[in-house]
Amino acid sequence: MQNNGWNEFEIGAMLRSFDGEVKDIATTVQEDRNYSNSNSFTASVADWRIEKPIFHKDYCIDCQFCWIFCPDISIISRDKKMIGIDMDHCKGCGICVEVCPTNPKSLLMFPEQADEETELAGWPEKDKEEK
Amino acid sequence: MAFDKMELRETEVWDGNFAAAQALRQAQVDVVAAYPITPSTPIVEGYAKFLADGYVEGEFVMVESEHAAMSGCIGAAAAGGRVATATSSQGFALMVETLYQASGMRLPIVLNVVNRALAAPLNVNGDHSDMYLGRDSGWIQLDSYSPQEAYDLNFIAFKVSEDHDVRLPCMVHQDGFMTSHTAQGVKTMDDDTAYGFIGDYKPMNDMLDFDHPVTHGVQTEEDWHFEHKSRQHNDLMTKVMPKVQAAFDDFEKLTGRKYNIVESYDMDDADVTVLCMGTSVETAREVAKEMRAKGIKAGVVGIRVFRPFPFEQIKEALKGVKAIATLDRSAPGGTVGALFNEIAGALYNTDDRALLSGYIYGLGGRDLTKAHLVDLYTELQANVDAGKVTTPLQQFIGVRGPKLSFL
Repeated sequence: MQNNGWNEFEIGAMLRSFDGEVKDIATTVQEDRNYSNSNSFTASVADWRIEKPIFHKDYCIDCQFCWIFCPDISIISRDKKMIGIDMDHCKGCGICVEVCPTNPKSLLMFPEQADEETELAGWPEKDKEEK
Repeated sequence: MAFDKMELRETEVWDGNFAAAQALRQAQVDVVAAYPITPSTPIVEGYAKFLADGYVEGEFVMVESEHAAMSGCIGAAAAGGRVATATSSQGFALMVETLYQASGMRLPIVLNVVNRALAAPLNVNGDHSDMYLGRDSGWIQLDSYSPQEAYDLNFIAFKVSEDHDVRLPCMVHQDGFMTSHTAQGVKTMDDDTAYGFIGDYKPMNDMLDFDHPVTHGVQTEEDWHFEHKSRQHNDLMTKVMPKVQAAFDDFEKLTGRKYNIVESYDMDDADVTVLCMGTSVETAREVAKEMRAKGIKAGVVGIRVFRPFPFEQIKEALKGVKAIATLDRSAPGGTVGALFNEIAGALYNTDDRALLSGYIYGLGGRDLTKAHLVDLYTELQANVDAGKVTTPLQQFIGVRGPKLSFL
């Protein structure tokens, strides 16, 4: 696509989201969608990120807050179960961590280069309220 | 939602604005997003009234500026509707940023431009400053010289602009007040004939086609921008003129009214010719006839399609002519007039390079009188007799004070 000449693309600086016709796209999960090359879904913006969220599923209550609030549709949820983060499109804004209601949080921000196994192993304890 | 048809007399007495409004009604324009400005206001006002009275099935969007008006048109056109609006002068200037968006996005919008001077000083009268401001915007520009032509060219505009091989927006120009507010006999088409000429709108890459989702208005940098602009220019240069000619041919079959990409009057044996646009063409035609009675072989060439510029048709029309005057109705801002430039460009590499001189006239609605044109043709004949241009290359006509000329 990068090397196409002036006569080799559709007119109008217009991009197609999917290859071919789509039906019921709203009920089709992302992995089953026929995204086109020009769709931003096929491009990674992972290198925009300085901090990344890590997900600890043991504490998650599947409230879906993170899925609702994520501005980049980067929380992957299937059948109302949080299953992970789309690290190609997450820009590390931290909103998911901010809205996570569990104690301790099931999502925390770490430096981009942090090791996931290590951080999960050292996950903070439940915050006890001092009376 | 149903709408009523309107009974029109075979000939109606309409000014250019009302003629254009009627054309928008008969085209059954889906969306008009508009902001009022003299002298174009009655066009969109007319559409709004037809809509309110149930003669159109569409939407009128009132916006806060001309920039928003054209933006609304762009959105509606990308969504997949037949779209039109109108503006003039300062409004046109404010629209410029979005004009480039419309053409680059290849959206078929019809914009009626009622030509008016650009401030400062503020002026509501007709000259071609706004038309010239749009000349690099990638739009098709059709020029009418009378209310009849303003009516007819709107249909040509929809037909050409919406063609899937073209998909470029189109301006229909008319002279502020001289055409827009001067009522003349206009031969009409009945509603079915008029609509039938352009047909139903055929969407292309429309946003409302949910089975084929598209993104309009993307960003391209140095890796893609040049290709897009080249494609657009290629289509302007190669695809528009054949479609315009085909539309003119179909229109002549339908109505008997014949239009040409370049309008030539008394040009078969002309020695001297005036080349101009707008209402001045009609004045020049009258004077050319009178000059012929005096023994000067005078002709007139009117530009009907200003963009894309008709280089081939101009060369053909000016073949054998000995002296040409280009009349530009816009302050040239430190160079020659646009028509002088274009004609020089068209003729420089031809064998019979005629004597070319440029004239600036009629700024801010200043009249171009028959007396001016008699003098002009006389000067051209003097050039022919002398075998060279005897005057400066750029002269101002009708301005008070010492004779103003350059080059």
